[in-house]
Amino acid sequence: MAGENAKVVRGPMGGNRGARGMKPTIENPGAVFKRLLGYVFKYYAPHCIIVVIAIIINVLASVRGTWFMQTLIDGYIVPLMKADNPDFSGLAGAIGQVGIFYLCGAAAAYLQTKLMIYISQGTLKRLRDTLFTHMESLPIKYFDSHAHGDIMSIYTNDVDTLRQMISQSMPQIFSSAITIVSVFVSMLLLSIPLTIVTLLMVGLVLFTTGKLAGQSGKYFTAQQKDIGALNGYIEEMMEGQKVVKVFCHEDESIQKFDELNNQLFNSADNANKFANILMPVNAQIGNISYVLCAIVGGALALSGFGGFTLGKLASFLTYNKSFNMPINQVSMQLNSIVMALAGADRVFKLLDEKPELDEGYVTLVNAKKENGELTETTERTGIWAWKHYHKADDTTTYVEVNGDVVFNDVDFGYTDEKMVLHNIDLFATPGQKIAFVGSTGAGKTTITNLINRFYDIQDGKIRYDGININKIKKDDLRHSLGIVLQETHLFTGTVMENIRYGKLDATDEEVIAAAKLANADSFIRKLSDGYQTQLTGDGANLSQGQRQLLAIARAAIADPPVLILDEATSSIDTRTEKFVQEGMDQLMKGRTTFVIAHRLSTVKNSDCIMVLEQGRIIERGTHNELIEEKGKYYQLYTGLAANA
Amino acid sequence: MLKTLGAQIKEFKKVSLLTPVCMIGEVIMEMIIPLMMASIIDDGVEAGNLGHIYAVGAWMVLAAALGLTFGVLGGKFGAKASTGFARNLRKAMYDNIQTFSFSNIDKYSTSGLITRLTTDVTNIQNAYQMILRMCTRAPFSLIIAMTMAFIINAKLASVYVVAVVFLGICMFFLIRTVSKYFRVVFKKYDALNASVQENVSGIRVVKAYVREDYENDKFRKASDNIYKMFVKAEGVIALNNPIMQITVYGCILAISWLGAKMIVGGSLTTGQMMSLLAYCINILMSLMMLSMIFVMVTMSTASAERITEVLNDKADLESPANPVMSVTDGSIAFDHVTFRYYKDSEKPVLDDINLQIKAGETIGIIGGTGSAKSSLVNLISRLYDVTEGKVTVGGRDVRDYDLDTLRNQVAVVLQKNVLFSGTILENLRWGKKDATEEECKEVCRLACADEFIDKMKDGYNTHIEQGGANVSGGQKQRLCIARALLKNPKILILDDSTSAVDTATDAKIRSAFTEKIPGTTKLIIAQRISSVKDADRIIVMEDGHVDGFGTHEELLANNEIYQDVYESQTGGAGDFDANGGEQ
Repeated sequence: MAGENAKVVRGPMGGNRGARGMKPTIENPGAVFKRLLGYVFKYYAPHCIIVVIAIIINVLASVRGTWFMQTLIDGYIVPLMKADNPDFSGLAGAIGQVGIFYLCGAAAAYLQTKLMIYISQGTLKRLRDTLFTHMESLPIKYFDSHAHGDIMSIYTNDVDTLRQMISQSMPQIFSSAITIVSVFVSMLLLSIPLTIVTLLMVGLVLFTTGKLAGQSGKYFTAQQKDIGALNGYIEEMMEGQKVVKVFCHEDESIQKFDELNNQLFNSADNANKFANILMPVNAQIGNISYVLCAIVGGALALSGFGGFTLGKLASFLTYNKSFNMPINQVSMQLNSIVMALAGADRVFKLLDEKPELDEGYVTLVNAKKENGELTETTERTGIWAWKHYHKADDTTTYVEVNGDVVFNDVDFGYTDEKMVLHNIDLFATPGQKIAFVGSTGAGKTTITNLINRFYDIQDGKIRYDGININKIKKDDLRHSLGIVLQETHLFTGTVMENIRYGKLDATDEEVIAAAKLANADSFIRKLSDGYQTQLTGDGANLSQGQRQLLAIARAAIADPPVLILDEATSSIDTRTEKFVQEGMDQLMKGRTTFVIAHRLSTVKNSDCIMVLEQGRIIERGTHNELIEEKGKYYQLYTGLAANA
Repeated sequence: MLKTLGAQIKEFKKVSLLTPVCMIGEVIMEMIIPLMMASIIDDGVEAGNLGHIYAVGAWMVLAAALGLTFGVLGGKFGAKASTGFARNLRKAMYDNIQTFSFSNIDKYSTSGLITRLTTDVTNIQNAYQMILRMCTRAPFSLIIAMTMAFIINAKLASVYVVAVVFLGICMFFLIRTVSKYFRVVFKKYDALNASVQENVSGIRVVKAYVREDYENDKFRKASDNIYKMFVKAEGVIALNNPIMQITVYGCILAISWLGAKMIVGGSLTTGQMMSLLAYCINILMSLMMLSMIFVMVTMSTASAERITEVLNDKADLESPANPVMSVTDGSIAFDHVTFRYYKDSEKPVLDDINLQIKAGETIGIIGGTGSAKSSLVNLISRLYDVTEGKVTVGGRDVRDYDLDTLRNQVAVVLQKNVLFSGTILENLRWGKKDATEEECKEVCRLACADEFIDKMKDGYNTHIEQGGANVSGGQKQRLCIARALLKNPKILILDDSTSAVDTATDAKIRSAFTEKIPGTTKLIIAQRISSVKDADRIIVMEDGHVDGFGTHEELLANNEIYQDVYESQTGGAGDFDANGGEQ
């Protein structure tokens, strides 16, 4: 079971790709290919040149070896047979010579494969690293607008198909091309009529390959579609298997499954059939080509037409085989090349996404107060300041970080067409607790996404300690904000490491103190290895509530002046929340805190409660003020009270 | 394992057997061709007999045509056998999973089951096809080519024996070293992808804590490691190509040298030497093929094991031999019930529970996370079996009932509930296959789902996306309640099923229950006090025990936990969510 989680990452992803019916069609395969080659050459030009030379040596050695057949028969065996006292020393010399050629060929082959490993694995590593680094730099918008399965499949499927293409297909095509050319020249030198026979048969091979590939391609598309349908159904039913049990719906579930399963069987059968047939058909046409050459060649050798000899026939027949082989190989590679190019296209698309822009120049620095004046320091003083450089008069000012957040007439929409927030005005003075309440989709989470600039506003201004947040460097802005999100995400690693994520240089004691503050310490100690317990699969071995407690501890250790808690305690039952609340209150002391919650108990003691509806603040005030106001808040509150 | 898997070949036995037969036919035809070649050269070209060349040539074309027929048939049968086998495997697994009880399902993760049904089956399908087509072809062509070579000239053929042994030994060591490396490297590779996935889904955390560089570093270290291991593993494979070439070339040279001497000496003909050289490639290629099959089959054993695991797993609970086919009433009793999810876990999840619930009562259940509220109700419809004691419904032990009968009478709305792709009506009819539209509308009114369905453009024919992605959480919960109501059950269990429904609607649903289905026993698990306080009686769960059982007033007077919860929620267990979202 241990390896299962990891395995799954690759497994269903492939299915998903099928489910979405990804067709390997790209607008400009040539350009993608060129770019891919450029990518490889950029870092491995010398390697590539040596590989090319090695391939040429290898091919020439083998072509030269085949040529030796003719020499062997015509130059040695036939004359030696006629000689009274055969002297084999000449032959020994010739064989030794060819042996050296062969050795060079083998050495070149080794050099080639060895270098290809560095080229392909190195390129892939670079590609993966660049992909990841680039991905990390993309704005949140990218992740919100792309299915996570699709992003993952770039790493799991597309990079993998590229590996095949770079390490196998590309050198093979190159070596095939060289083989074809050199064998063709040799064949022409040996016999023009036989070359024509061979070419005619190659034409037949290409023709049947095209026909069969067309047929098989049609069924492969059908197969992909059926795989997608079946996998989609399997996923849906496995997710809902418990519901199936509860409703005794097993028979219906099996019935539909059988239908899809049989459909897949039919298309898969056909697709595989045509793919399987391709190889023997080509091989046997190759054999017929060989036989025809033997017959024609035999007749030619007998008639002695154009000086054709038995030795030449022997060599030619071998060439005939070596001519058909690369053509078959290339036709087999074609499909995988198209797929790899489609993969490369997706890889490059991600690399072409624009990274998050940051024009901010105001930075966050440690500061200390001397005679009431703020100065920069390298020590950790607990006091932070915004270092603000003014270009106009070449001066630098320091502003203490207090957590004063002001929204001024802010409009925002995820797309320009549809605004989700309208005319938001908001003032949070340092240390205040500001709460947002409202229905799903009212725009609560959106507001917090704007403070840390996950998204940029369309109109209006957001100021942080009096500074427009657009002027603050994004990294520094986010450093100053602690966020506990609605959806908790933990990382593979120990509990200790997960909490330390908030402050990488935190000591173990600091981590434990933060855990205690969040009331997470007691459950952590009950885990099998305490703080050293390994979390896997996004903390799958913890309950939702426990994961939220860890997320709170993670925010606590970061010790930021401003806290954003987005439904941070929604999965913790009210009784436990009461205990966590003490820690939270401790945590919130002296910090500006934005709280989003649907439980009134969580927001009741806020300094200001904003009631949001359809992107507008419709009411604001303290709990008591809002009750007085007898508006929406009052309605919800007393609506409950009536039930109570 | 092989027996379990093999049993699923079923109707594809014939094609499974025909495939290797055809492959052998193809191999024989291929092997005959070089032999005829020798005849063309020796008796045709060298003897100056043009007629012979044409005659043998015609035979060779025939052999090639036969080879083609066998090859095509082999491909056809192989495709049918392997895809058919895959179909049967999927079906067998799926059918067996449908018999699984909750405890069986818990053992596998959802994604684990999906992988088995998809990727693992594909792996087996490919391996099976490979075995059918190549496993006979490769050794057979090795044997025939060897035999032919020996028939032509035993002395020269012994060169191949040396070559085969040499290549075999090299292959053995290569594969052994490489498979060891690859096993490690693929695990690391999976881990790397898992970490990418974490970053994709947790990107907000990464960005919020400005940990991009930290993550980049972490990733680069892991990918460096993988790069190094791949280079090492593939470096070993790189030896494969030159070893193969040296062996082939060595054979060619040895045969040329020895053959030339023999021809001159008169114990060999030129044609025979050429045939021998043609077999050289055949022999060594088959050997390579064998090693490839070996690697591929080893790689698919992990899949085979996972599939076998599912196939051999037996449902943990089944209907009894002579089941009771009807439930008399909705009374429930727990009699000294102890329950563990795993037999060997030390602390039971439920410990010595005793409860008496009358038919038609409304029971609220409240308690913190992990207090075993869900575990308690799951025993009633026998989703799990008790470890000790017994649970009775309508006066009879739940283990006496036919499972379908029991579960149709005890309707559960699960905490983690799922809607399926299809129209709203289709989803509702899970509860009752032949329900009329009017019946469906009626239960939706009860569950307060009618208000939002009526507002939808296609009303009851609105298409629900997979997993109910196009309805809100509150709407989904109400549809799930309606679906369960359609069963017209004697007992209705709501496991935290209105958590996303706003409090006013929640209250409306509950009062509809009291009015419209008074005879049904209702068990309501909830976080909010307001959801349970007007129940006839309330169970307070704490750490696997029943801490209190009584009316709201009683509990408020003398149950500490209940008082605590009440206090923490008074005036404000409200839920702003869902309300208004559907306006």
